[in-house]
Amino acid sequence: MTARPMVEIRGVHKGFGTLEVLHGIDLTVAEGEVTAVLGPSGSGKSTLLRCVNHLERADRGYVSVDGELIGYRRGRGVLHELKEKHILRQRGAIGFVFQSFNLFPHLTVLENITEAPRFALRRPAAEAEADARALLARVGLADRADAYPRQLSGGQQQRVAIARALALRPKVLLFDEPTSALDPELVGEVLDVIRDLAAGGTTMIIVTHEIGFAREVADTVVFMSDGRIVETGPPSQVFDAPSHERTRAFLAKVL
Amino acid sequence: MSALSTPATEQADPARDTDDLAGRPVRPARYPLRWAASAVVAVLAAMFVNMLLTNPAWKWHVVVEYLFAESVLNALWLTIQLTLYGTVIGFALGVILALMRLSSSPLLVAVAWVYIWAFRSIPLIVQLLFWYNLAILYNQISFGIPFGPSFYSVGTMDLISPMAAAVLGLALHQAAYSAEIVRSGVLSVDQGQREAAAALGIPWVRQVRRIILPQAMRTIMPTAGNEVISLFKGTSVVYIMALGELFYRIQVIYNRTGDVVPMLMVATLWYIVLTTLLSIVQFYVERHYAKGALRTLPPTPVQRLRRAASTLRARIAPTRGSTP
Repeated sequence: MTARPMVEIRGVHKGFGTLEVLHGIDLTVAEGEVTAVLGPSGSGKSTLLRCVNHLERADRGYVSVDGELIGYRRGRGVLHELKEKHILRQRGAIGFVFQSFNLFPHLTVLENITEAPRFALRRPAAEAEADARALLARVGLADRADAYPRQLSGGQQQRVAIARALALRPKVLLFDEPTSALDPELVGEVLDVIRDLAAGGTTMIIVTHEIGFAREVADTVVFMSDGRIVETGPPSQVFDAPSHERTRAFLAKVL
Repeated sequence: MSALSTPATEQADPARDTDDLAGRPVRPARYPLRWAASAVVAVLAAMFVNMLLTNPAWKWHVVVEYLFAESVLNALWLTIQLTLYGTVIGFALGVILALMRLSSSPLLVAVAWVYIWAFRSIPLIVQLLFWYNLAILYNQISFGIPFGPSFYSVGTMDLISPMAAAVLGLALHQAAYSAEIVRSGVLSVDQGQREAAAALGIPWVRQVRRIILPQAMRTIMPTAGNEVISLFKGTSVVYIMALGELFYRIQVIYNRTGDVVPMLMVATLWYIVLTTLLSIVQFYVERHYAKGALRTLPPTPVQRLRRAASTLRARIAPTRGSTP
C-alpha cells in the first residue's frame, strides 16, 4: 500500500541576501506519514519548514499540499503569486507549531484556540469553543481553558500551541523544534502528545533534535546539512547504517 | 570567635536556639534618619499650606465664586470637547500613519514620514493660525473628482469655523505624535506574534486589531497618557483664535475684574481636577491591557483600600473580644 503524497517540496531554493540557505530541496511526505528532519544548526531545517507554509517565500521551486500549490496559482507557462489573503486561507490546511510557542499572551487558552477557527474559517463561536474544549482534553489541559499562557508551564504552553494548530483541522502539521525551548522534565509531556497524533494518522513534519523520539515515531528520517538533504530513509537505515560520512559524524556527536 | 562579638544570650543555650527560632517574634529594623527627614518634610508642607491660606492676596472667596460660574463651566466644556476631538481624531489618524510607516509600500512609508516630519516641525500655534486663515489662500472648497469637475462647493469661511480650525489643528498635530507612539508600540510586539497569527491564517485586519494592537497598547498607554494630558492643557493655545475655552475665558474675566491670581487659580484647579481624572482613566486602561502580561494583576487603589480596611477591622475585632 503506497499512500498518496500529502506534501511535495520540489527544487526549493531560498536565500537571505547573498547567503543561500537552501540549495534545491526535494522531499515528498505521504499522507499519514511522520517525517523527522534532523541536522546541525544552520543546515536550513527551520527555513525549509517555514517555506512549506509560505512564512518564507521560496526563491525558486514550489511546495504543494494535497495537490494545491502554496502561495501560487498555475498560469499558462507562469506561476501567479497569490495575494496575502489567499495565502492566509491556504495556511488553514497547514498547522504550524513554533519553537517558542508564540501563544497570544493577552488571550486566554480558550481564546487562543478559537481565534483562528472563528475568524479565519468563520465558524460559529459555540462550535469553535466546543471543539477547542475537546482539543484541550486531548492534550490533557481541559481544566486550564481560562488561564492565560503566562500562567502555564512551558510544556503546557506548547501543548496549547499544538491544540491551537489542530483547531484548524489541518491536513499536515509542521513542528519547528517543539521541545527545544523546554526544560528536560517537560519535554516528555509534549512528545507524548505528538506520539498520540502520530498514532492517530496525522501527517507531520517534525524538525527536532530528539534522536530517540525521531527513531521511535518517524516513518522517514531526513538528514540535512548545509542547505541540502544528505540522506533520507527509514529510521533504522539512517540511524543504524548511515551511508554518508556527514550523517555518521553528526550522529556520533549527538548520540 | 570572640571577634564576631555574638551576644552572650545567643551562646548560652545553642540547643534552645535552633528549637524555636521560627517561633520568635520579629522586631522590625528602625531608621531614625528616615523619620527625621519625614519630620522636616512635614513641617515644610505645613508651612506651604499655611502660606496659601493666610495670605489674603490669594482671594480664595473669588476663586470659590468663579469656580462653578456658568461661563467658566461652559469654557471648561469647550476645553474638554477640544481634548476629546483632538485625541480621538489624532489617534485614529495616528494609527493609520503608523501602519503606513510600517507597510511595505515605499510610497506609503514616504508619505507618512513626510507628514510626521512636517507636522512635528511646525509649531502648533503657527499651524492653528494657518487653518484659521485658510480662507485667504482658498476661499472656496470644492468636492468632486480629483482634477475633474466638482459637484459641490462651499465657502471656506463657512466650512472652517474657529472651532473647526482648532479641532483640525490640534488633531493633525496630535496625529503626527500619536503615529510615532503607536509605531513604537507595534515594534515592541514580538515578531513571533505576527508570525503565529499569519501561520493560523487569521485575516490581516483581525491580526492588527486583535493580536498586535492590544499587545502594543502596553507600550503605547504610558506615553499616550502623557500626550492626552499635554493636549488637554495645550488646548489653551487656541485662545489666539478667540475661541472661548477655559484659559481664554479666564483671561477675559480677569481683564474685566483685575483678579488675576484668583482667576488663574480657578483655571489651575480645573486643569488639576481633569488631569487627575485622566490619570485615573489611564490607570484602569493600562490595567485592562496588562491582562495576561502579568501573572496576577496588582490590586486597584479601591481594592487596596478595602483590603486595608478589612485587615484593620480584623485587628480591632479580636482585641475588643478579648477585653471583657
